[in-house]
Amino acid sequence: MSFQSLILDLQNFWARQGCVILQPYDLEVGAGTFHPATALRALGPQPWRAAYVQPSRRPTDGRYGENPNRLQHFYQFQVILKPAPADSQALYLASLNAIGINAALHDIRFVEDDWESPTLGAWGLGWEVWLDGMEISQFTYFQQVGGIDCDPVSTELTYGLERLAMLIQRLESVFDLDYNGAPGAALITYGQVFKRAEVEFSAYNFELADTELLAAHFTDAEKECRRLIGRSLALPAYDQCLKASHLFNLLDARGAISVTERAAYILRVRALAKACCETWLAGIGRD
Amino acid sequence: MTKQHIHGELLLELLSEEIPAGVQTHAIAALTRLLRDKLIAAEIPAASIRGYVTPRRLAIIAEGIPLTQPHRTEERRGPRVGAPASAIEGFLRATGLVSIDECEVRDTGRGEFYFALLERPGAPTGGLLLTLIREAIAELSWPKSMRFPTATFRWVRPLNSVLCLFDDAIVKVPLGGVPVADRTRGHRFLSSSELRVADAVDYLEKLEAAYVVLDQHRRREIIREGLERTAAAAGLIVKLDAGLLDEVTGLVEYPVVLSGAIAAEFTALPPEVLATVMRTQQRYFSCSQPDGTPAPRFLFVADNLAADGGKLIIAGNERVLRARLNDARFFWDEDRRMSLASRVEALSQRVFHARLGSLRDKVGRMERMAEFLVQFVPGADTALSRRAVRLAKADLSTGMVSEFAELQGVMGRYYALHDGEDPAVADAIADHYRPLGPNDAVPVAPVTVIAALADKIDTLVAFFAIGEKPTGSRDPFALRRAALGVIRLILDNRLRLPLRVAFEYGYWRLGPPDANPANELLDFIAERVRVHLRDAFVRHDLIAAVFTHIRKTEGDLFPLLARVDALRRFLELEDGGNLLIAYRRASNIVAIEERKDNRRYGGDVDRGVLHEPEERTLAAMLSKVGERAGTFLAREQFETAMSELARLRRPVDDFFDKVTVNCDDAPLRENRLRLLSHIRETLNRVADFSQIEG
Repeated sequence: MSFQSLILDLQNFWARQGCVILQPYDLEVGAGTFHPATALRALGPQPWRAAYVQPSRRPTDGRYGENPNRLQHFYQFQVILKPAPADSQALYLASLNAIGINAALHDIRFVEDDWESPTLGAWGLGWEVWLDGMEISQFTYFQQVGGIDCDPVSTELTYGLERLAMLIQRLESVFDLDYNGAPGAALITYGQVFKRAEVEFSAYNFELADTELLAAHFTDAEKECRRLIGRSLALPAYDQCLKASHLFNLLDARGAISVTERAAYILRVRALAKACCETWLAGIGRD
Repeated sequence: MTKQHIHGELLLELLSEEIPAGVQTHAIAALTRLLRDKLIAAEIPAASIRGYVTPRRLAIIAEGIPLTQPHRTEERRGPRVGAPASAIEGFLRATGLVSIDECEVRDTGRGEFYFALLERPGAPTGGLLLTLIREAIAELSWPKSMRFPTATFRWVRPLNSVLCLFDDAIVKVPLGGVPVADRTRGHRFLSSSELRVADAVDYLEKLEAAYVVLDQHRRREIIREGLERTAAAAGLIVKLDAGLLDEVTGLVEYPVVLSGAIAAEFTALPPEVLATVMRTQQRYFSCSQPDGTPAPRFLFVADNLAADGGKLIIAGNERVLRARLNDARFFWDEDRRMSLASRVEALSQRVFHARLGSLRDKVGRMERMAEFLVQFVPGADTALSRRAVRLAKADLSTGMVSEFAELQGVMGRYYALHDGEDPAVADAIADHYRPLGPNDAVPVAPVTVIAALADKIDTLVAFFAIGEKPTGSRDPFALRRAALGVIRLILDNRLRLPLRVAFEYGYWRLGPPDANPANELLDFIAERVRVHLRDAFVRHDLIAAVFTHIRKTEGDLFPLLARVDALRRFLELEDGGNLLIAYRRASNIVAIEERKDNRRYGGDVDRGVLHEPEERTLAAMLSKVGERAGTFLAREQFETAMSELARLRRPVDDFFDKVTVNCDDAPLRENRLRLLSHIRETLNRVADFSQIEG
């Protein structure tokens, strides 16, 4: 199964479960959770089911394309089910079956992992899902986002697409993944698509990003976010919050943040996220 | 198979999504206790009650529960005889009686009252169980719990369904949207259909057939036995890590032990790295060859019986391990490109404590402490000790230790050897965290001893100086462990280390001074010595009696312990025992009189006022003995000091035989009380006799 058909199969499976199939959010984020379709929609009483692919950027995880398992840019497949269905686990296992994983031949485990996002002020209880010793998904019952109780509780599923594909294709390097499933010379690998980006972005993230400029952008985004919250524009404000969060990640990767400063930055982003969530919640029903 | 049906059988199973392994044991113990206590409180105690736990279920089987509560006669006191009609009517309404004639009249000593004797028929157990189980579920507390849509109460993870039977009848415990019936499910992958259960025996049989080993002890045993057998089949010996065994027992319902290979390219990694990657990240068991060398195989426990014999599962796990070890090898190669020495400055980026600066600051203080300690550790080389301390924390900024914190020290040793540091320095880096607990080995290599002491003494001084002392069960900076480490390092290596001087030396190098913690630290050490030696069968009261004086000493533990020993032997002698009695008699009298007169009797005895020969002898003897004992104490000649004290026995006995303390002559009485107080002070100079028991 090619990388892209894995995505298509997951989309089809979750579309059948009544999910809105969305496209990636068009800003840099560290995880699929940050997409407003999860972070904001997890709040409030309205039922909501959505699934989408989200590129995730983790500047510190870059390895210049030299490590076969680590990337600074990778894909997550994200599902949000609200309220959390009683058969969440069964649905998840059925989705694995839909991508050709026969549970009878594997060792699938739900291993405790309490999820927390300090910058988003969010937490939930759940598991890492292990398949034959490899973590392939994160399974979380959201309890809070932006410091606000989720009522009802949602189920959040995050599939690590590259890992899953490597497992299905039984490969040792992410760059060898069959991306398009085309025969012969038409075959495109993951490395052909992304290796150059890994090398260049690693250089940017670790060596070249202008930290003064980034710090200034951070302050700008923070200011803009506050101004927009003042005007009750939750979504544009949240965009600025996402920008601030990514700028913080870049500064972190450049080693420009000391341990004490780090905690302060996280608090600043969390304060923005909290304000955005409150503004979002206050606006529900007015649209 | 014949089944003996036992009446009063309760079967309860709470089927949930996966419960974290670490909380299962506690949860089932707590639930069993809650139910047992509630049954007792409701007067329907179970003859036996057992709890079982798997990753997905908490189950309880109780037997011999009475079918109803016992009948009870309840007595209620009503109004006084002759009370107003309204009061009597109210009482009748409350008790459900028709006429006041149904009541007894009794004289309570405060007048005559009506008493109603009410027959309370015992309620049937089935109904009581509804409430009782509901309460037990609500009261069970989890370290972390969550809300979920089908229930109004919190649980560790969503609760899927409940099976609850009392003598074959379903107990419909009200649990909101969580179904309660006579059904359960077997293993998640090895059993598909719902199981309908008749009673406890049926439950155990059906679960067994549905690939669930319910009993956690049996599951652990099956895993242990499987690990040993699989290792033996390959001619290897498995390292049975008890903590890992417990954890894995909580991760599977149907354990299947499998084995995989470690690629040859990784065997050059330090064995500690291999073991940590396997244990911490993957929960694999490591194996060794019969000659003790690490074996290139790992064992793990799957929760599925795959049709291909586990081939895919093994291949998957081997692939994961390869990826993990690749990462570890990346750190191993990368870390060695930079010397440990060049990593020391980077420690200034790591906070030790907000008020105590960075780790670099701590290392600086430790270096100076090491320079001070060298003179007290025989055989320690100054340059090597300083070097060891300087490099002790440098591995914290390596990639490997950032990834695996538990490899701190161990990696430092490998990197130091790679840099060509002296082996004594490398060993000191590895072991300076030790002893890690009361049972951990104490370092003996002089350089290691210095590094270990410098680290711990600095930690103690620094935290005490900013007032961060352990209180009750709170000891966030593990200061008790640090103090115990210092004590064990001193005792095991027989170091004559003046701790007061070390504490003050450390304190003056802290920077802008807070309070000087030396005295408090000495008390803290004294307290820890008492706790530590209690396990070695040293009388803790004698330690307390002697260590009260620690503040008056330089904090060298050996003279104090020698004094404890001398005191013990002294008290075993007749003179010593009698003197203890005399001490108590003297201090009791003084205490009583001081309380009565609301003043203290101290100060010098005016010998001119004394006239009985016994009291004059005692006074003379006391000053002579006090002076001589003091001299011997200063020379650490404790036996002699004690024999000196023993000379007081006769004059003290004579004094009590012949002299009346509480006489009418006020100045004389006061002087006699001073004399008694003087006995107390003289003896207390050697040890606080009031702390001695028995």
